[in-house]
Amino acid sequence: MKPEELTAMAEKARNQDAHFSHHIHVCTESGCVSSQSDVLLKNITDEVQRRGLKSTVCVKGVGCMGLCCNGPLLKADDTMYQSVKPEHAGTVVESLAGQPVAELVCDTKQPFFTRQKLIVRENAGRIDPENLADCVAHGAYRALLKVLTGMTPQQVIAEISESGLRGRGGAGFPTGLKWATVSKAGGKTKYVICNGDEGDPGAFMDRSVMEGDPHRVLEGMAIAAYAVGARQGILYVRAEYPLAVKRLTRAINQARREGLLGHGLFGSNFDFNVEIRLGAGAFVCGEETALIASVEGKRGMPRPRPPYPANSGLHGCPTLINNVETFANIPAIIERGGKWFATIGTEKSKGTKIFALTGKIKNTGLIEVPMGMPLREIIYDIAGGIPDGKAFKAVQTGGPSGGCIPAEHLDITVDYESLTKLGSIMGSGGMIVMDETSNMVDVARFFMEFCMSESCGKCIPCRVGTYEMHELLDRICKRQATMADLSLLKDLCDMVKQTSLCGLGQSAPNPVLSTLRYFESEYLKLIQSSPTGLAEDGAKHVALEVLS
Amino acid sequence: MNTFTDVEIESITLRIDDKDVSCRKGETVLQVARENGIDIPTLCYMEGLTVWGGCRLCMVEIAGFPKLQAACATVCTEGMNISTNSPRLENYRRIIVELLLAERNHVCSVCVSNGHCELQAMAIKLGIDHVRFAYRFPHLDVDNSHDRMRMDHNRCILCSRCVRVCAEIEGAHTKDIKGRGVLAAIIHDLDQNWGESETCTSCGKCVNICPTGALTHRGTAVGEMTKKTMFLPYLTLMREAQP
Amino acid sequence: MTTSTPKPTVATVWLDGCSGCHMSLMDLDERLITLAGLVEVLHSPVVDQKQFPQQVDVTLVEGAVSSEEDLHKALIIRARSKLVVALGDCAVTGNVPAMRNYFDRSDLFARAYVENAQEPPTPAERQVALPVVGVPPLRPHATALHEVIKVDMFLPGCPPPADAIWYVLTEILAGRTPATTTVSGFGR
Ligand SMILES: Cc1cc2nc3c(=O)[nH]c(=O)nc-3n(C[C@H](O)[C@H](O)[C@H](O)COP(=O)(O)O)c2cc1C
Ligand code: SF4
Ligand code: SF4
Ligand code: SF4
Ligand code: SF4
Ligand code: FES
Ligand code: FES
Repeated sequence: MKPEELTAMAEKARNQDAHFSHHIHVCTESGCVSSQSDVLLKNITDEVQRRGLKSTVCVKGVGCMGLCCNGPLLKADDTMYQSVKPEHAGTVVESLAGQPVAELVCDTKQPFFTRQKLIVRENAGRIDPENLADCVAHGAYRALLKVLTGMTPQQVIAEISESGLRGRGGAGFPTGLKWATVSKAGGKTKYVICNGDEGDPGAFMDRSVMEGDPHRVLEGMAIAAYAVGARQGILYVRAEYPLAVKRLTRAINQARREGLLGHGLFGSNFDFNVEIRLGAGAFVCGEETALIASVEGKRGMPRPRPPYPANSGLHGCPTLINNVETFANIPAIIERGGKWFATIGTEKSKGTKIFALTGKIKNTGLIEVPMGMPLREIIYDIAGGIPDGKAFKAVQTGGPSGGCIPAEHLDITVDYESLTKLGSIMGSGGMIVMDETSNMVDVARFFMEFCMSESCGKCIPCRVGTYEMHELLDRICKRQATMADLSLLKDLCDMVKQTSLCGLGQSAPNPVLSTLRYFESEYLKLIQSSPTGLAEDGAKHVALEVLS
Repeated sequence: MNTFTDVEIESITLRIDDKDVSCRKGETVLQVARENGIDIPTLCYMEGLTVWGGCRLCMVEIAGFPKLQAACATVCTEGMNISTNSPRLENYRRIIVELLLAERNHVCSVCVSNGHCELQAMAIKLGIDHVRFAYRFPHLDVDNSHDRMRMDHNRCILCSRCVRVCAEIEGAHTKDIKGRGVLAAIIHDLDQNWGESETCTSCGKCVNICPTGALTHRGTAVGEMTKKTMFLPYLTLMREAQP
Repeated sequence: MTTSTPKPTVATVWLDGCSGCHMSLMDLDERLITLAGLVEVLHSPVVDQKQFPQQVDVTLVEGAVSSEEDLHKALIIRARSKLVVALGDCAVTGNVPAMRNYFDRSDLFARAYVENAQEPPTPAERQVALPVVGVPPLRPHATALHEVIKVDMFLPGCPPPADAIWYVLTEILAGRTPATTTVSGFGR
């Protein structure tokens, strides 16, 4: 594709759009599809057809609009509707000419919508992810065009460094620095890998980006490839995300057909191709070295670092590996500049972050907020607080590698540093809210069970340590533990954290450590109320009554 | 004239346990420690095989590094100050070996490797007199299908030495690992009986390289199984001698 | 009430073990005489006293905890001993008795009392063949002693050599903590 063709494509799509007097957008992401939004979309299309409105009403499937708990969501011109059932199709189409359907209206003035700041998700809910022209009309590939027609790789890296963007895959590593390292690494062949493995329980940020705006991810990867000197990209997506895989495959095919991927993009001498690799759903395959092993056709197991993938990654070549959301931030940074991006967020955490809100809150779903927003604002204003008049107890961030933050710290700001200081992590953006009825030892046991069954088995501390930590937590929960067991648990947590080979094991003790930090009394209560309890003579796992 | 100096070997100096030592560029902490008579415990490392980094017994403290490093997988750099034997490391090593003993069924008294086992010796060396963790007591198979060798999963510590020697030295890649976590296990070919493996050449390298009583010769009684590992450094040397 | 004796008191107990550790104890040979001069043996499979004494200074326990009876004894031992020593691998790890743990108890019974019976019982006799009266019920797992009571000292080995036992006893009598793994280890 030549530069002018992109502009022409956008122009044409916009002109076509201008012919319509009404727009109906139906969410067709996994969340809403699970409550039949695909049928709804079809019914509305049929209804429009039946009424002969095809030329005046534009109907399209779009990405997630955020408030997934009230799905299916639908936007008819400026009105948002919630919990729309397939049989509402007629009513909705009818309303276009008159009054909104009052009982379905979803208030877009509520803080859930107004407090968000959309960068990565700016087009979700507006574009049809399966329609390239529509995406281009909303700005897709404009940043790539800008890069290929006017920026050197060094300028691109400088822009990303200036933005202060940090990796959204968990560790928060500065993206510009990583790109610079790969760019400086020697070797003719380099790779760019997009990590779409997203294995944390309860997390669906990356899925949403891939399903709702796949071209943004491809564009981010292409810009990265240009910057570091790679020509081949690999998109690693878990096979449990069939819709994301379908949309990405389609996006890649469209982009290839239109010359937005392939040889000599926009008349430059830059070639770039992307292929999709499916993960078989092992959490550890999200870890970069395990992911690379998996792409190479080996068993997905981490290896010691260094060497880091930036120097020796896929097939031993320098490899840039970033998270989906990290790549999806790139086009906006290139278009509006690193300086602009750096104005959003806190001193060390720039830009926005997508969170998947779940648990005991009114509004569950996806939000994108500026870094540094107070936790209280997220939970009480955006998420609408705790239902049924219950009290907030803790929020778990960062998934199985993260920790719990108790009520006394509700006023912290959400950024990499503050979360780490409290013994939790930003992680990939999962937020599970717990109310007063939650048993924190049980929460720790739940996450430990996850780590235990997801440990790859390569290193002993994680393989057997997670098993034994789970065993000890189980004993505590079942009131069969002694104080000696608790101190053994603490020792084991320390050892597993310090000696495990990869991040899975190193962070597996975190949920225990953080619940111990804030809720040790719950552990003690369970131990003291167990029949073996604090038995001074140390009888361990049998009831002392046996003696009498 | 000095004609041999065109290949200049870069030398590095460092400190291990308060001892000044030097080494060639590219050598690992473990190699250098051993060359200098400093003992760092290992179970998965085997000179001549690729580094695995799984047993974590070789973890050492390096000044300025926020995390512990595996000595077998860490390349020396100039000025490193390494401590291999702090009470903290000893404590971690003891826990690791206890975990191994609790993971599967180690009944040394009736094991063919009794007295010749690296795990047993490690437990004694680290002063382990009992295991504080809950024994798993898993029900595991003994693969008796091969006519000369036996795989007893009860004794396996998943160090992968057999997998590596088979793939990297024998070139057969008969063995691999299946499953996750404590359910991981050594397999032959596509998880079939060893005796039915199409690729196994019956070379016996895996048996000799196995640190425990997991891989043994058939027909050995309690305490009779001894291992011969000298072939590995020899083969490695032969390979390196080739251009 | 026991009358207090000037000499330290010792008891030895045999739970689910093969008696090998006690044999090793007997292997002290002439040192047994020396020992008799140093301590008073209140209770042991090799002395007459059948009841476990009310109070003992040191109790050596051989064998794993396999049955409800073993558990009962272990609890009594703990309650009445100042120092409990797990003697040998069965007490320290479960060892051979714990090899039954990989199987279900009902399968074990079927194997021992039905399949392996010299004259296999008829289906009608099966119920009778499985012992239920007069034998202590087996616990789900045979376990190490420290799984059920607090153990103060561990002497591994199958069996621990007589010299190791001698070392441990003399160290204890001298008021020191023996470094048991310097003299014995699992399986050795
Ligand atoms: C056990 C484990 C699981 C991980 N899973 C993911 C994942 O699902 N997605 C992801 O982007 N990064 C994951 N990571 C982090 C990656 O290793 C890597 O740091 C990240 O993809 C780098 O991208 P970023 O710099 O853009 O964050 C995981 C790390 C560990 C240790
Ligand atoms: S820490 Fe766990 S997941 Fe990571 S290498 Fe070790 S066993 Fe595998
Ligand atoms: S493999 Fe080693 S540790 Fe395991 S039972 Fe045999 S001798 Fe003991
Ligand atoms: S005998 Fe040789 S070929 Fe066969 S599994 Fe062992 S190492 Fe591999
Ligand atoms: S069989 Fe032996 S060599 Fe192979 S993984 Fe198990 S313990 Fe290691
Ligand atoms: S999935 Fe439809 S609104 Fe989130
Ligand atoms: S020897 Fe280094 S990890 Fe096993």
